Amino acid sequence: MKAPRVGIIGIGQSVFTRRRDDASYPDLVREAVVLAMTQCGLDFDAIDGTVYSLSPDAMVGIGNAERLGVDAVGGRYKPFLRINTGGATGISSVAAAYYHVASGACDVVLTAGADKVGECGDSQTVLNKIWDPIYERPLPQGTITMLAMSGVRYQQKYGMTQEDMARVVVKNRYHASLNSNAHLRKEVTVEDVMASRHISWPIKLMDCCPQSSGGGAMVLASEAFIKANKLDAVWITGVGHCSETYYLGDRMGKGQLADHADAYALSKSIRRSYQMAGITNPQKEIDVAELYAPFSNTEFHSIEAAGLAEIGTAVPQLNEGRYTIGGDIPVNPSGGTLCTNAIAVTAMIRVAEVALQVWGKAGAHQVKGAQRGVASGNGGDHQFFGTMIVES
Amino acid sequence: MELLQRKEIWNITYTHALGETASWFFVQLRDNKKLYGRRDAKSGRVLVPPRAFSDQTLEPTTEWVEVGPGGQIETFTIVYEAFQNLPPPPYAFGFVMLDGADTAIGGFFRGLDLSDPEKAAEKLSVGTRVMTTFAEERIGDISDFWFELD
Repeated sequence: MKAPRVGIIGIGQSVFTRRRDDASYPDLVREAVVLAMTQCGLDFDAIDGTVYSLSPDAMVGIGNAERLGVDAVGGRYKPFLRINTGGATGISSVAAAYYHVASGACDVVLTAGADKVGECGDSQTVLNKIWDPIYERPLPQGTITMLAMSGVRYQQKYGMTQEDMARVVVKNRYHASLNSNAHLRKEVTVEDVMASRHISWPIKLMDCCPQSSGGGAMVLASEAFIKANKLDAVWITGVGHCSETYYLGDRMGKGQLADHADAYALSKSIRRSYQMAGITNPQKEIDVAELYAPFSNTEFHSIEAAGLAEIGTAVPQLNEGRYTIGGDIPVNPSGGTLCTNAIAVTAMIRVAEVALQVWGKAGAHQVKGAQRGVASGNGGDHQFFGTMIVES
Repeated sequence: MELLQRKEIWNITYTHALGETASWFFVQLRDNKKLYGRRDAKSGRVLVPPRAFSDQTLEPTTEWVEVGPGGQIETFTIVYEAFQNLPPPPYAFGFVMLDGADTAIGGFFRGLDLSDPEKAAEKLSVGTRVMTTFAEERIGDISDFWFELD
């Protein structure tokens, strides 16, 4: 059965920064919602349901903060659902909104959220708590260490160097310098990155995403509603999800199914999206990609999982400029997660940015002629993956 | 205008149950300085750390298998940054596939000069042989053992 088409008709995002002392948590959600509602020109009465995008509560420091955010999305007397798949939360929320529309349950769905990571002085302490309290939390495992350990295996397998990692930062900071919504917009050189202090070897300070505050919102609608109301839209043509097992130590050693160097479950999720969208040759058919990569090394295995390079070959292609704006397939033209990470909405922004690109509304970081793009989100213990194809 | 802030510190106590499988593992570690995995009968794989069921075959594990004390490094990192409520840096930890195991277990690497990141990282490269060291005083916790270069 061919899935009915679902369109994106409104997008809102904050100008991301470390702190927003002018805005409470619901104020920040409301800011993005108003931008998205203004773009599509609809009243709140036109919204049939809301999907609330919120990752671990302790990051905003409010338990079940969707209770506080319900009014910011105009949720009263409407279906309301909170989604949390860690870093993948934002794209899972867009997917949940998509399914509400595709199923025929709703004509128009709003998905929104916000994060204030900059208000949490101890985000790695919070993220350490996502590990089991018996075997891995006391190590102490965290998101930086977990992905540093992926980088160590990737280095060993494919020969990535720390300079190669630095070139990802240089590219994404250049892209972010063109994006007025990005958090880290200052351009840097390979030397700057190499001179920054080690956080978790081989990851240095500038190889890390920032702790960002800001909101994100999107309005999705059915094709029938869009046509009846003569609205402007871009289209979600592929949706995929895939989970990985919990234990990190199972992604190494003898007889592993997936190597922690790579992003096997992400590649499965992306393949599901490509299949749904009828994409058979992503290197020819994808014009732009926004791939969730919070640390520089993880962009390489994400590019490979998206089929935009063969496994183990992303490094030389990135170094040659293939994934820079102006190159063959720009990856993270917004600057990506590496330059902005308001965790609860980061993966939503990946979809929103691809939508802006194929809409021709991306401004200074526009990829010329982009018609089809792929977005991804990663969450948990490198464990929950969501992917989406958006077309003009 | 003047914008105000309000500071709050969360201090919450949990007393986690380890369950039967991890309890047995940690009692052996504490009392006998021995490490064990659980065999998944269907695939034959020995899962370390031990679990009550296999996440691949989805069957209960059926047998305790002694593993280690030697093994090889599968991955590592060296942390140089201080984080609230986490150990003071620098420290090295990672995953080791113990002899007789099919999966890797996390643990600290000790007895290594970490002052030069590049040199320390070279010593910990994937495939390096390590030996388990047991703490003098053991409490039945992951901190009862660590790895040193063989």
